[in-house]
Amino acid sequence: MNNEPRVNIIGAGLAGLSAAYALAREGVKSRLISLQASERAQSNLAEGGINAVLNVMDENDTIDEHFADTIAGGCNLANPDMVWALVKNAPDIIDLLIRLGVPFNKTDGRIIQRNFGGQKKKRTAFVKSSTGKMVTTALINAVRKYECNDLVERLCHHEFLNLLLSEGDNRCVGVSIRDIYSERDISLPGPVIICCGGLNGFFHEMTTGTTANTGNAAARLFLQGVEFSNLEFIQYHPTTVGIPQKRLLISEAARGEGARLFHEREKSRVYFMEDKYGPEGNLMPRDVVSREMALLPDNTRVYLDMTMLSKDIWENRLSDLRDELIKHLHKDPSLKPIPVRYGIHYFMGGIMVDESHRTNIEGLYAAGECTCAYHGANRLGGNSLLGAIHGGISSANSIIKAEQLSTYNVENFIDKKISGMSDYEVFLNRSLSEILLSGLSILRDENKLSESLKKIEELFQSNHSEEFEGRLLLGKAMLESASKRHESRGAHTRTDYPKSDDKYLCNTISVYKDDSVSVSFRHI
Amino acid sequence: MKKNISILRRKKNEASGYIEEFEYNMKSDEDTVASALFDIAARIAVEGKRPLVWEHSCLQIKCGACAMVICGKPQLACSAKLKDLPDKVTIEPLRKFPVIEDLLVDRSVMRERLKNMQVYHEKDAADSGDESTYQSMKCLQCGICLEICPNYYGEGNYAGMSGMSAMAQILSKAPDKTGTRTKQLKKNYYKNVYEGCGKSLACRDVCPAGIPMDDLLSRMNAAAVWGRSKSLL
Repeated sequence: MNNEPRVNIIGAGLAGLSAAYALAREGVKSRLISLQASERAQSNLAEGGINAVLNVMDENDTIDEHFADTIAGGCNLANPDMVWALVKNAPDIIDLLIRLGVPFNKTDGRIIQRNFGGQKKKRTAFVKSSTGKMVTTALINAVRKYECNDLVERLCHHEFLNLLLSEGDNRCVGVSIRDIYSERDISLPGPVIICCGGLNGFFHEMTTGTTANTGNAAARLFLQGVEFSNLEFIQYHPTTVGIPQKRLLISEAARGEGARLFHEREKSRVYFMEDKYGPEGNLMPRDVVSREMALLPDNTRVYLDMTMLSKDIWENRLSDLRDELIKHLHKDPSLKPIPVRYGIHYFMGGIMVDESHRTNIEGLYAAGECTCAYHGANRLGGNSLLGAIHGGISSANSIIKAEQLSTYNVENFIDKKISGMSDYEVFLNRSLSEILLSGLSILRDENKLSESLKKIEELFQSNHSEEFEGRLLLGKAMLESASKRHESRGAHTRTDYPKSDDKYLCNTISVYKDDSVSVSFRHI
Repeated sequence: MKKNISILRRKKNEASGYIEEFEYNMKSDEDTVASALFDIAARIAVEGKRPLVWEHSCLQIKCGACAMVICGKPQLACSAKLKDLPDKVTIEPLRKFPVIEDLLVDRSVMRERLKNMQVYHEKDAADSGDESTYQSMKCLQCGICLEICPNYYGEGNYAGMSGMSAMAQILSKAPDKTGTRTKQLKKNYYKNVYEGCGKSLACRDVCPAGIPMDDLLSRMNAAAVWGRSKSLL
């Protein structure tokens, strides 16, 4: 390994790969640092597609409408300038992906786009229901080209330990990582891009994500003073199924292709979404659908009926989804409705970044699901792959513009180590998870939130590592953010404050400073 | 139902391992080997013993992290249902890769081989071959096909079927069907895949991603070795 200054990218999923690719094509050297290979990243699990205005479906779609749908889906909480940059870049991203070899579904040589939740036009390009896997594989191949000429150095089986901070902790000069095979710690100079994914590990076994997304990197960053934003906005996806140790996603693409949600009342089917919202009800944004499901009487069983989908759809557009459900549930979705329940799927909040993907610490950037960037109070399906790629490229471009790698130096640098979690803390972590799940369920109120905050204070009294302290602090920040937002907006539903209040058209900002968590509001 | 889980464990930097046995009470018929390993790892943690080390990520047969040898057969721990296995379930690390600790193996040789084979598009991919690209891009790079292959020893040039799938991703979309770059990739394919493959087809039934291995291999050989078919390219 070379200790020269390079851009240090933490996480080798889609955001990290995109950043490495964008840097390398401009001749800028990076290190792609991850615990596992890119094939293990959560990006591979994304199913339904990626949004962009391509105007191939004869619907006169416009970038303005992609912008408007994204802003409305996010309940006006997303930064409009950032969303505009995202949707404007989307067609170029699809063009790039085609050039990198993504085999998008086509008809007569022309890309097909499907309907997706919260969007009025067919705007979601896809590869059956394996879009994330295909896009990630194409990016892995693209980055390999630059691994061969050393513009990208891959450090798999390396764990993020901490940032190397100088100038009163306001400037990041590098990163400290550990080789988990040799257990050797290494300090590396250069700006850092965090692409560590969402906070799945805070919600043990209750998300559609991967176990690799522990949230430990986020906890360590929070301890080091990195600002997080909008942590109260957690996306519950309406159609998931429990399988051992996790929730299995049934892609929104199923409803995009025509599947319907219903429950049974006195032996007849109630299409509750269509009854309330009209024929397009099944494709309302995820926050709306999940909330409607949560509001049904206890023990109401909701089903997803996919039996009406045509042979062509099953064979050419959703074949992999059907295979997956047969494999895991032993049920053929083309024959019988599948019982579904909402499950945690995405974190709209995360590391606060500006339009250039800079954080509050100089030299530190972030991209992908770990950031609070494009999705406001609720993310639209098909915007996550887009956000990860656009974020990775944007952070790379900002670094190319603003940073001089040769000025980075970590020699003689005193590294403030953060002690790691030991194995027994896994149980403390499960307690934390239960506390968070109870406070941050779909329907929230002050009683539940303050009860959870009280319980988290008890956990602070336990004997634990600094890393777990970081987890507790970040967990507390999530609860406090939810507690302070006295309104309902997007994925944040307060039964005691059921209406949106424009007074709260602000981001919550969480930061650990002077030994305590502070949560405040800041204008978008 | 109770299962006896027998794990071949190994400490870091030690040449040989030891077998440790655990009881696992199944919670449901859907429990997998991964369910048992999580449970065992947690119990070991409470007892303060050396943690059980294994790689896991998606738990839904989409990432290839948890490949290991279960009852003699290489497979993903998240796909191996306990109810389909005998009362005594033996678990070992993949044998064709260096063991780091317990069930964790170092599969970086797979990535290095793909670099040597230049598995990437030099220029823009062609707008063709979508179905072959899709089938080959399903590859998880998990190493299960290499584990079962009688011709793969972990050394030398042979990249096995994971190398074949990766090369198919590129050749199926090669923009210059007869150009120098394509010729070089075909040469690399010949040297790193075709020459090493003994056609045992042991890999056919083990791929967790369900890649149609026979079909893809035949197409690759026809196009890249025999120059018989233009369908893949």
